[in-house]
Amino acid sequence: MLKDITLDVPEKRITAIIGPSGCGKTTLLKSINRLTDIVDGVKISGRILVDGINVFDNGVDVTNIRKKMGFIAQMPNPLPMSIYDNVAYGPRIHGVKDKRKLGQIVERCLQTAGLWNEVKNRLTEPASKLSAGQQQRLCLARALAVEPEVLLCDEPTSALDPISAGHIEGQLLALKEDYTIVFVTHVLRQARRLADYVIFLYLGELIEHGPAETIFNQPSDPRTKAYVEGVFG
Amino acid sequence: MDRRKLEENFFKVLMIMSTFIILGGLLSVLIMVLLRGAPALSISMLTQTPKGGYYLGKEGGILNAIVGSLYLAGGATVIAFIISLPTALYLNEYASRSKLASFTRQSLDVLWSIPSIIFGVFGFTIMVYVGMRASLLGGIVALTLLEVPIMIRAMDEVMKMVPLKLKEASYALGATKLETTLNVITRQALPGVVLAILLALGRAIGDAASVLFTAGYSDNIPGSLFDPVASLPLAVFFQLGTPFPEVQQRAYASGFILLVMVLSLSIASRLLTKRFMRYVIK
Repeated sequence: MLKDITLDVPEKRITAIIGPSGCGKTTLLKSINRLTDIVDGVKISGRILVDGINVFDNGVDVTNIRKKMGFIAQMPNPLPMSIYDNVAYGPRIHGVKDKRKLGQIVERCLQTAGLWNEVKNRLTEPASKLSAGQQQRLCLARALAVEPEVLLCDEPTSALDPISAGHIEGQLLALKEDYTIVFVTHVLRQARRLADYVIFLYLGELIEHGPAETIFNQPSDPRTKAYVEGVFG
Repeated sequence: MDRRKLEENFFKVLMIMSTFIILGGLLSVLIMVLLRGAPALSISMLTQTPKGGYYLGKEGGILNAIVGSLYLAGGATVIAFIISLPTALYLNEYASRSKLASFTRQSLDVLWSIPSIIFGVFGFTIMVYVGMRASLLGGIVALTLLEVPIMIRAMDEVMKMVPLKLKEASYALGATKLETTLNVITRQALPGVVLAILLALGRAIGDAASVLFTAGYSDNIPGSLFDPVASLPLAVFFQLGTPFPEVQQRAYASGFILLVMVLSLSIASRLLTKRFMRYVIK
């Protein structure tokens, strides 16, 4: 349940949505690419503008909206197919048929996600054979393959060991040159490491948002102050 | 020993015993059929149709029933699959919580438990109405009716188990519902889909009552869809009903052939789909 949230997400920066569990971080994130559609009983009012288009407009083609935004889920969720096909799936459904071109896309995206060297000799193996950390990087590669402008990440490292989590964080930092990244986390230290801009939600309400330094060092709301100091959450 | 440990052991033994009773039952059926049928098993039984006097213990075989059963069950399974897969996908992906879906599920569950003779009589009534005699086509239609509820409901249950996160992954890439359904749901549910087909096929190939009126019986291999056709379950039934011990033995042998056929179909389909099973997300 989210209410009265109005904000702008800065382009080509990393924006962190923080707040205690159950405050609506993931719901806010999934509203942006309308993944909330596949959950039963969701009621929506308000607007989310991406490139000046309201994603909830009736005339909007939801597949186009989602193509613009890569999504990385909390748990790695490879598709039931080979490593290669996982990355090629997106471009294929959006009309890339040329095998050579697909091969190039797959290689480029796996390299960007920092996975290419580990999988280049076993691209036909099932994606489920990879470790959780590798699977999450595969999901990143898969998201990049449809050439999105925005990356939405829902606690992308929470199911991973610290080393794999470090890999993912490194990739995100490298990717902010080219992508607008919004990520959800409830690990404050992670938000401090990665975020340029911070959104603090509490019980479905937007409490405060602003540049990371301001939020972490001089928060204006007492609830934000208490949260970043670790009093609760 | 303390009570909780005793409890633990007691129930473990109970479960192991139940499993062995089931296995024992299965094995004794197999062994009994094999022992009684073995003397009558021969190459000619598999390669010849009944000659004159076959039912009096003279020479010939039951090739007519073997081929007939494969035609009947094969035809019915193909048609049932063509109807069932889209229905199961529709129930799950497009209409999962609708009234239509729950009504359809309820009806299928009822149909599943209807005795097969009813399907036979139903098929027969329609055939009489359109002036058709007992034939391969009639048998296939009756068996399709028998198979469809099993196939749809079994597929439906497996598709329900496909994790939401897989659909989410596909939708997040901008896939449409159809793309997600065909590329992700069907692949993930494949082992269950194969099982559904086998369950339905197993029921159809072993059923005697629904083909009794609709497919009839014939000592010849049918030349067209409109010829009557024999089937193994009816072959067992008719041969067992004769007063001659040689012919009764052949009934057991026929039963054994039927068992081996179902077993080989099951193993073959597992081998065929193994390549795709690797990709299923656990």
